Amino acid sequence: MATDATQLPTSKAAATEDVGQIPQWQLMVRRFRRSKLSVSGLYVLIVLYVFMIFSDFLAPYDHNRLDSNYAWAPPSVIGFENGQLVTYKLKQTLDQVRFEWFYEPDLSAPLPIQFFVQGYEYRFLGIIPSRLHLFGVEEGYQINIIGADKDGKDVFSRLMKGSQVSLTLGFIGVIVSVIIGSIVGTASGYFAGAVDNFIQRLIELLRSFPDVPLFLALAAALPMGVPVEVRFFLITLIIALIGWTGLAREVRGKVMSYRASDYTAAAVAAGASHWHIITRHLIPNSLSHIIVVGTLAIPGAIGSETALSYLGLGILPPAVSWGVMLRDAQTIEAITSYPWMLIPVGVLIITVLSFYLLGDGVRDAVDPYA
Amino acid sequence: MLNYIARRLINMVVLLVVVSFVGFFIIQLPPGSILDVQLQRFRQMSGDISREQVRALEERYGVNDPFMTKYWKWISRSVQGDFGTSFETDQSVGDRIWGRLGFSVSLSTFALLFTWLVSIPIGVYSATHRYTVPDYIITFIQFVGLAIPGFLLALVLLIIATRLFNHQVGRLFSPEFIDAPWSFARVVDMAKHVWIAVLVLAMGATAGLTRIMRANLLDVLNMQYVQTARAKGLDEVVVIWKHAVRNAIQPLVMALGTLLPALIVGETLVAQVLSLPTIGPMYLSALRSQDMYLAGTILVILSALLLIGNLIGDLLLAWVDPRVRLD
Repeated sequence: MATDATQLPTSKAAATEDVGQIPQWQLMVRRFRRSKLSVSGLYVLIVLYVFMIFSDFLAPYDHNRLDSNYAWAPPSVIGFENGQLVTYKLKQTLDQVRFEWFYEPDLSAPLPIQFFVQGYEYRFLGIIPSRLHLFGVEEGYQINIIGADKDGKDVFSRLMKGSQVSLTLGFIGVIVSVIIGSIVGTASGYFAGAVDNFIQRLIELLRSFPDVPLFLALAAALPMGVPVEVRFFLITLIIALIGWTGLAREVRGKVMSYRASDYTAAAVAAGASHWHIITRHLIPNSLSHIIVVGTLAIPGAIGSETALSYLGLGILPPAVSWGVMLRDAQTIEAITSYPWMLIPVGVLIITVLSFYLLGDGVRDAVDPYA
Repeated sequence: MLNYIARRLINMVVLLVVVSFVGFFIIQLPPGSILDVQLQRFRQMSGDISREQVRALEERYGVNDPFMTKYWKWISRSVQGDFGTSFETDQSVGDRIWGRLGFSVSLSTFALLFTWLVSIPIGVYSATHRYTVPDYIITFIQFVGLAIPGFLLALVLLIIATRLFNHQVGRLFSPEFIDAPWSFARVVDMAKHVWIAVLVLAMGATAGLTRIMRANLLDVLNMQYVQTARAKGLDEVVVIWKHAVRNAIQPLVMALGTLLPALIVGETLVAQVLSLPTIGPMYLSALRSQDMYLAGTILVILSALLLIGNLIGDLLLAWVDPRVRLD
């Protein structure tokens, strides 16, 4: 304790003394680390994205594999017998009164859980073909670690597959929107005059549309019979199209003030090209702000994708996203009798909250001198 | 000032014309129309209908008109207050919209009142008790409130209410009151149902405004005139509420204009989850069923609300803060 008490002031002093000496990004990391909530948000997101990358490997079944023997099957009971992990075969009986399937694990019939099994074919990272899955059980039976839905589709497999859409679509949408917003905003602020006037009128027009209704109208106008990838791409574009105007306005304001600064005047005097001034002086200065706005926009974009899919205007079955899974979870029977259908709701809330906490920490960290 | 308002209003009309044009274009993009759905319904009910009949119906609804003709028919009548006839129900679009818009506006007004009543005292408390346990708890709840999309919260509350209290939330009335005439019992019944919607709608805005209130008040509390007020020996309550809060409250005043349309627009998804009879779900179903006149009209009305709200927000700001000049 005594050493702690004596060391603490010196380390604090050291932390402030080297402020002028270490690179700015190190200062940012240091400031970011101070916010425990944001750091935990970051860790949660890392775990989620690692799960997403390995989602096909982790998922035991194809997300659309039906098995009527497992309709509304509850989460599998996991046990430990003869030195290995086992689950149990299920006895399926029909409750004649309520007309619901009723399941009971047959404890005398253990079903060993096999690891690194061959299953449905997928492409790891979209390139490497593979059939390897982390776990599974004997062919003809199913293991549902968080239960199954009304058709006996494995909820865990669907959650994993859905993460491929839900964790990427909003993210990419925001990246596209940030790129558009920064380019347009910089052009508007730098070139001023007629260009600026035109861009500002365009932004004003886009902002006179109520955002949610415009979003829904665009989504409803998407062609229905196209492959999932095309639909994914189009929804990303919609998210980007609606999101960029706010950032463009802010970047414009920043660029205008940097343009009037002495170092820009010096660069102009030294004969620097527009391109050089924009990429060397204006963009790097606005970058921290752009990153903050982008990070804080991701949770909203993820929410938008989910909302669209939930309403049946976004990702459509047979493809799956967490929004599609919410649709299955909103029925009263799912809420009252099959609570495992609600797990995607929880995962979604954790994701959105983590992004938000991360964004908040980033916002504080980009200005480490404050 | 009048000059400024006049210019803003003219600008608004121009914007609305462009919005109606672009909006109508987007809405009529998907192939097919609601007439196809209706024809199918006819066929199922009464066997076959002749080609002439189909053509007559198409003629009547102007399905095969080129885009500009459709747009012109719709917009020229709209300006005269005749919004056309809904494909789906054959009712006048105007009647259907105003009823639902009334619900939307009253619901959002309640939500706005709630936002104000909650965010001012909590913001003040959290600023004056900075870095205490209640402040941390308030901050955390704000994060959750800001982060979780409204429709998701509505879904979660729906789940909790159904599972724990076996209480049928959602909808605005119990079944027996849906078509009943207005009475005291019906109002009570509505209050029982509506609180959850008000809460969900207000959540995001409340969380945001509380944060702004806290940050602004913290800035103001560092000002010298606050110190002076304290040095004069004024009561702390007077210092806070009379001297500090007054100067920290501008964003909340400005929000008065912009928040109401934002709430009305943002309510779409929440209302869909809670099956409320507001304008949002109506817009959605019009989009789904290709009822383009109805959807287009709602889009333009919402856009007008948004623009008027922005104007009111700017005017209010100029009114409370004499430093702001409008010209």
